[in-house]
Amino acid sequence: MSSQHGRLKVFIGMAAGVGKTYRMLQEGQAEAEAGRDVVVGYLEPHGRVETESLAAGLEVLPRRRTHYRETPLEEMNLAAILARAPELCLIDELAHTNAPGMEHEKRYEDVREVLEAGIDVFSTVNVQHLESLNDQVTQLTGTRVRETIPDAVLSAADEVVLIDVTPEALIARLRAGKVYPSERVPAALNNFFKVENLSALRETALRQVAEGVEVKRLAPPPTVASSRREDRLVKAAAPQAISERLLALVTLSPRAQRVVRRAWRSAQRLGAELDLLTVRTPGRAGGQTSSEEREQLEALRRLASILGAQLLVEEGDDVAEVAIRVARERGSTYVLMGAPKPRNAWRRLTQPALPFRLLRGLPGVDLRIVADRTLREEPPAPEEPLL
Amino acid sequence: MIAAVVALLVGLALGALAALEFERRRRGRALSRRAPVHRIAFPFTGEGLSEPALVAALRLARAEGATLMPVYLALVPLRLSVEVPLPVEAAQALPLLEAIEQRALRAHVPVDSRIERGRTVRHAMREMMEHEHFERMVVAAGANGLGDGFSAEDVAWLVEHAPGELIALRPAQPTTP
Repeated sequence: MSSQHGRLKVFIGMAAGVGKTYRMLQEGQAEAEAGRDVVVGYLEPHGRVETESLAAGLEVLPRRRTHYRETPLEEMNLAAILARAPELCLIDELAHTNAPGMEHEKRYEDVREVLEAGIDVFSTVNVQHLESLNDQVTQLTGTRVRETIPDAVLSAADEVVLIDVTPEALIARLRAGKVYPSERVPAALNNFFKVENLSALRETALRQVAEGVEVKRLAPPPTVASSRREDRLVKAAAPQAISERLLALVTLSPRAQRVVRRAWRSAQRLGAELDLLTVRTPGRAGGQTSSEEREQLEALRRLASILGAQLLVEEGDDVAEVAIRVARERGSTYVLMGAPKPRNAWRRLTQPALPFRLLRGLPGVDLRIVADRTLREEPPAPEEPLL
Repeated sequence: MIAAVVALLVGLALGALAALEFERRRRGRALSRRAPVHRIAFPFTGEGLSEPALVAALRLARAEGATLMPVYLALVPLRLSVEVPLPVEAAQALPLLEAIEQRALRAHVPVDSRIERGRTVRHAMREMMEHEHFERMVVAAGANGLGDGFSAEDVAWLVEHAPGELIALRPAQPTTP
């Protein structure tokens, strides 16, 4: 048995029936033909003939039989896989919850142990099983999935392969009886398998995989960074991000709400993630913060939570420095801020204004200043029809 | 001679800068003096933003020099976690809050908007009362199915539970000829 950690490859799809297991078996067969020792640790063909036939020729390890409340169940046999110690093991349904009494509660924990034993694993999962997307998917489809896996499991995978079909093609497969037995098809069509559900799930899956690719690409290499000149040049030439990521600089005042609103709308239009950053002076994090500031901070936290934005509270004397550091760390492509406060004469003479410092410190990043409408010249109140 | 002229010019420039700075600070102090010390909450849901109630809340806020706190009550279905992001509700709430803010600014009333979520209107209002401080609350009562306001039960609940003053505006009954 190898002392090295095994490699995990995950086939992810928007829903059952897209062909994840099929593709996993195809690749498993290709590996076996290439001379690798491949076994099927657990396969759930759901009665699909094409899938079952594709497993032919591969060694299938026996399942472990157990009982739960007098119901006979079959689970993956972790001990048998570890004892057999193949080079590559195919394990279907990564998000599966094991019956009580197994080594682990969840299958991904079994897979972790298999990987630790130096065995490579191919596995499958649907996007709605990802913990962070569970609520979002429930909101999109109205169906809550109980079996979830932590996002870290997918992030830790060495390869993630998206199995993509159009919603129309998947529905056609469903109607043809290639996904579920014919008696389950009408119910599936009326509930989960609607074009709008599948389109939303497909978008979620595509975005998830794209983000995963981006995170991996932006992450520093695991080995010691080379100082070779050509490496540095390649790094410098590489784009920092594919998708947009917005960073809104907010103060702890009612005016921040307007900046957040604008930032969120921009993020929605761009399909971007939104970070909210508030910078506090060191030493004021504790008791010295005024009750008004605390209230505003809590309000901002709740608003961020409702909007699905990430609120970052950082300490620093220099807002520009902190904002530049955070924008770099988060891979922000777009920074929004309110109109900066007027500065005194000395500061105006000695230091460039915040927007200029941000533009200089964040080359290639868009900067937008959200206007303060209270400063706009308005007609006098008597002309206002409201009052 | 030249030195004297230069010194004079520098002196004038410094004087001008000092005057500008003094004026800027004076304006800042004037603005902060105008900042009100108390708030009027104006809760509403996506289904009912009552124009008369908003006008009343704005009038009151302006008369008292108070900040108007419009609060959008976002209702979270039971099948979702109460902590879940609500993009659909937010997409509805933000333009409404923006519109209220615009009107308030035209009326020279400072605004501090909020979104509160809850399983029901009362749950969201309870959250609002827990998180926010305010001295008054203006609500629209949608009596007998008229107007875009809270139900009679919700208003009765508020009478019992709301801190500070509660102003419930009932829509006028249609006049019969």
